[in-house]
Amino acid sequence: MLFLAALVSVFTTVGIVTILVKESVVFFEQVSIVDFLTDTQWTPLFDDAHFGIMVLLSGTLTSSLVALAIAIPLGTVIAIYLSEFAPFKLREIAKPFLELLGGVPTIVYGYFALLFVTPLLQRIYPGLPGFNLLSAGIVMGIMIIPYVASISEDAMRAVPMSLREGSYAMGATRLQTALRVVFPAAFSGVAAAYILGISRAVGETMILAVAAGMQPNLTFNPLEPAATITAYIVQVALGDLPHGSVGFQTIFAAGLTLMLITLIFNIAGHLLRKRFRETY
Amino acid sequence: MKPIDLKNQIRARKRYDALFGVLGLLALMIGVLTFCALFADMAIKGMGRVDWDFFTSFPSRHPGQAGILSAWVGSTLVMLVTAFFAVPLGVAAGVYLEEYARKNWVTDLIEINITNLAGVPSIVYGLLALGLFVYQFGFGQSILSAGLTLALLILPVVIVATREAIRSIPQAIREGSYALGATQWQTVRYHILPYSSAGILTGIIIGMARAIGETAPIITIGALTFIAFLPPAPVSAQPPFLSFEWLVSPFTVMPIQMFNWTSRPEAAFQVNAAAAGFVLVIMTLAMNGLAIWLRYRLRRNIKW
Repeated sequence: MLFLAALVSVFTTVGIVTILVKESVVFFEQVSIVDFLTDTQWTPLFDDAHFGIMVLLSGTLTSSLVALAIAIPLGTVIAIYLSEFAPFKLREIAKPFLELLGGVPTIVYGYFALLFVTPLLQRIYPGLPGFNLLSAGIVMGIMIIPYVASISEDAMRAVPMSLREGSYAMGATRLQTALRVVFPAAFSGVAAAYILGISRAVGETMILAVAAGMQPNLTFNPLEPAATITAYIVQVALGDLPHGSVGFQTIFAAGLTLMLITLIFNIAGHLLRKRFRETY
Repeated sequence: MKPIDLKNQIRARKRYDALFGVLGLLALMIGVLTFCALFADMAIKGMGRVDWDFFTSFPSRHPGQAGILSAWVGSTLVMLVTAFFAVPLGVAAGVYLEEYARKNWVTDLIEINITNLAGVPSIVYGLLALGLFVYQFGFGQSILSAGLTLALLILPVVIVATREAIRSIPQAIREGSYALGATQWQTVRYHILPYSSAGILTGIIIGMARAIGETAPIITIGALTFIAFLPPAPVSAQPPFLSFEWLVSPFTVMPIQMFNWTSRPEAAFQVNAAAAGFVLVIMTLAMNGLAIWLRYRLRRNIKW
């Protein structure tokens, strides 16, 4: 009985892969995989249908890059600060607070991006359209900070005290110790945190569906509106396309692409974390 | 190097050190302030709408009369289904992996699987549910489909929490139980589960808090956004008293209602979105806060 319960997780994975592959096969029977990878238009719902996943990938990539540009520096600084600088009391308050920040539903962040951050950005840069990748990306970055900070901090805390004491004994300051001793020693753990952050950003849905618009757009300019893979799936699911039509099957092909991308990052993160656990 | 240079260098390094302390505090403040801005913005815009009527009205075309009755009832029912499946399955899997599993390739496979599942984007779970529950099993776009989807989604959270709670029980407890002639199951039933229950509960609450805020997978299975009725009541005055028709009823949940209002162009609906968001954030914050507090108390009280 207990064994069967544990196997449910395996069934889930098998289920995900089977469904995605099976439904994608239906899709690829009608659209060639070369078109899927190389076409520069994504118009599956028009009469003149094009299925270039690159268009959606560009949106995913751009918004993720904006998010990471925020989350990685801020998350790393917070992690170093909490692990090496902050007084004990502050850390005891800050850690649960960061956790709370990570628990806010993403739809709320989406609302925040569309109706608070975008108007704010429009004041600085008046030409900004109401839907754009920039504000979605920024809010997504803020959402990811807790993950990056918390996992990196755990990695840095796992560095043995003797390394720090050695460094202090040589007359190094806290900052020198943190940057030249602790950070390199914890790097594989920190890198795992970054990778998990990336995979969160790529898979994030609601913020982008709400704040970045759902217009497929081949662009790397964060100031424009664009659809991501995830936002596109939401768009089709909200519509009333019949199950089995090519337009509907696209979401499974898009989902498969998404799954493969995050899988690569997750495996890389897992391997890195394993290595860091074995070091000490 | 002249002594005067060295002094300057040391002073400069110390200055950098202090500077980084300020930088770290600033970075932390950015996170905290954003959260405060988010909360204050929603509270200011939405507070005026949060009253008794808001909880007891159906969504409406007139923003002033719209409420979240069908949304919170839907959320509650979906959470019931989710907990019904995720808690026994998650705890059982956790107990198996910690207490029963032998170290072999099947166990390794399960463990790698759980780690991986925790990283799968939630919308992919939605696609799984769409293909499997909605079309294959024919559950339709119902409360049952949504509850099962969210149960699968939070399963890794429950499993990991269970394992961590069990792992913190010292080996001596188990050996004491075996020494008195208890079987492995008796040991689990009367020692392992009771001692780890607070830790497991923490994990369940965190998982449920995550499930209640999930939007993407539920949209993907095709939940309607405009529902102006309640699912059939589970308890009735006539025999057979209990009915499970609500399981297959169409529904909406809080985050979907909020998404629907957010994407309307009219400002009045966006006020409703703020109000719904405010309620949602309070709910998840309360749940997460409870979990964090439980864990904090646990750490203090446990003295093996």
